[in-house]
Amino acid sequence: MTITRREVLGGGAAAMALGAELAAAARADVPADTAGTIAVRLHVNGKRRDLNLDARVTVLDALRDHLHLTGSKKGCDQGQCGACTVLIDGRRVLSCLTLAVSVSGRKIVTIEGLAASNGQLHPMQQAFIDQDGFQCGYCTPGQILSAVACVKEGHADTDDEIREFMSGNLCRCGAYPKIVAAIKQARDHMDSA
Amino acid sequence: MRPFSYERPPDLAQASRAGASSGQGQVDSPVQFLAGGTTLIDLMKLDVLRPSRVVDLGGVADTLRSITADSRGLRLGAFAKMAAVADHPVVRLSYPVVAQSLQLAASAQLRNMATLGGNVLQRTRCSYYRDSSWAACNKRQPGSGCAALRGFNRNHAILGVDKSCIAQYPGDFAVALVTLDAEVEVAGAHGRRRLPFETLHRPADGRPHIETNLNSGEIIIAFNIPAASWYRRSVYVKVRDRASYEFAIASAAVALDLDGDRVRDVRIGLGGMAYRPWRAKEAEDTLKGKALNEANATAAAAVALRGATSHGHNDYKPQLARQTIVRALLHAQAMPTSDGANHAG
Repeated sequence: MTITRREVLGGGAAAMALGAELAAAARADVPADTAGTIAVRLHVNGKRRDLNLDARVTVLDALRDHLHLTGSKKGCDQGQCGACTVLIDGRRVLSCLTLAVSVSGRKIVTIEGLAASNGQLHPMQQAFIDQDGFQCGYCTPGQILSAVACVKEGHADTDDEIREFMSGNLCRCGAYPKIVAAIKQARDHMDSA
Repeated sequence: MRPFSYERPPDLAQASRAGASSGQGQVDSPVQFLAGGTTLIDLMKLDVLRPSRVVDLGGVADTLRSITADSRGLRLGAFAKMAAVADHPVVRLSYPVVAQSLQLAASAQLRNMATLGGNVLQRTRCSYYRDSSWAACNKRQPGSGCAALRGFNRNHAILGVDKSCIAQYPGDFAVALVTLDAEVEVAGAHGRRRLPFETLHRPADGRPHIETNLNSGEIIIAFNIPAASWYRRSVYVKVRDRASYEFAIASAAVALDLDGDRVRDVRIGLGGMAYRPWRAKEAEDTLKGKALNEANATAAAAVALRGATSHGHNDYKPQLARQTIVRALLHAQAMPTSDGANHAG
């Protein structure tokens, strides 16, 4: 039997979540869960996905735990690191601070949906590889989606502008110079695309 | 996060009714409005805000996000996203302090999410408020005290504080609004009303858990900034611990009306420094009619900080604030405006 790193991590996270649930349930002032689940329709990477979710489920948790799209990463889970960045209706947002029920019917693009259907990488993905724009890779899906939006917004003209408009994506490996280089490489290919 | 019921009313009237027990920004309010979610969801995860009902304003947002400018002034729909206003060409040209205050706030992702109305209502970043394991926080738990008075208070307020709370108002955009004499327009159960933006946030006044003068169920629908051609000469200078994506430790919003080197009129606001969005009117009066130079700017900055009270780790703030004001004034003076004139020197 083999156990993958993801299974170990997943089990650990589930155990932690269970602990938090028990702690919350032990408090006398917690209201009864009258909400039940809510029907939510998400369009993820071009596919319609119908889910029944607790109102508390964020887009990040819906993607990772309900749709098993684990490319979007949970870094801080409080809107400070950018690892969970996805595109909703074409705009980069933090999926950890967005309730799934609040974006029912909207179009979401995650790192899994960025490449062409024939498998050809998006110019930004290719540029991160070409320029070595990562080390451990944990922040990379968020970096790449944020970078795609940064270019489309027209905020990638100069190195300084790229750094300013990418400041919402932290990289604790410190790959920033190569991330800037990757965005400059992809910018020119995206312009012609 | 604790369980809550979720609803998404289709219009303002129903939203207001749903929020009838929303309180005036109290943390113990059983009903919370959801706009961009960047403060609310964060604080619900931290168990600071514990609503049993969340009323999503997404259903009313579409009609309330227009940005219009005419001879009377600038009108910003409260559900416009921070990013949309920061990028708006008229705002950038005619009200640069507004565009800059938004541009320099948060991150690109957060600016895409956060609405203007939600932004001005964002909660303090005080660590003792945000960590519910601390017993003493008058904002979270009325009457429990203030752990920050003798705690780590490096980025706590020095203006508008009292013994009940030294939490700092963290926003930037609100500083620009208070500086330009903006009005806020709200809709509630009893119709619409307008109030001066400077009266939206309440002083701590021993009751810091009540943060605003919004009545229960009232929803901010727009901000109105009166027109003045000289607002083109305005700037937001923000000093932070890192170059981007960080709250201010000091900021100054300045708008300057110059007649040669003489100050015909001036507006000065302060961020990263006060309990609520702060206007330095006495400092403005000090400058009016005088030549704008470093000495006079320094004298005005000293007036702005006269009432400052620090608590140890934030003893550095008055000096930093004074220098930030001087820098903003001289920066505004040096701005080239649309007529090509540059009054520096």
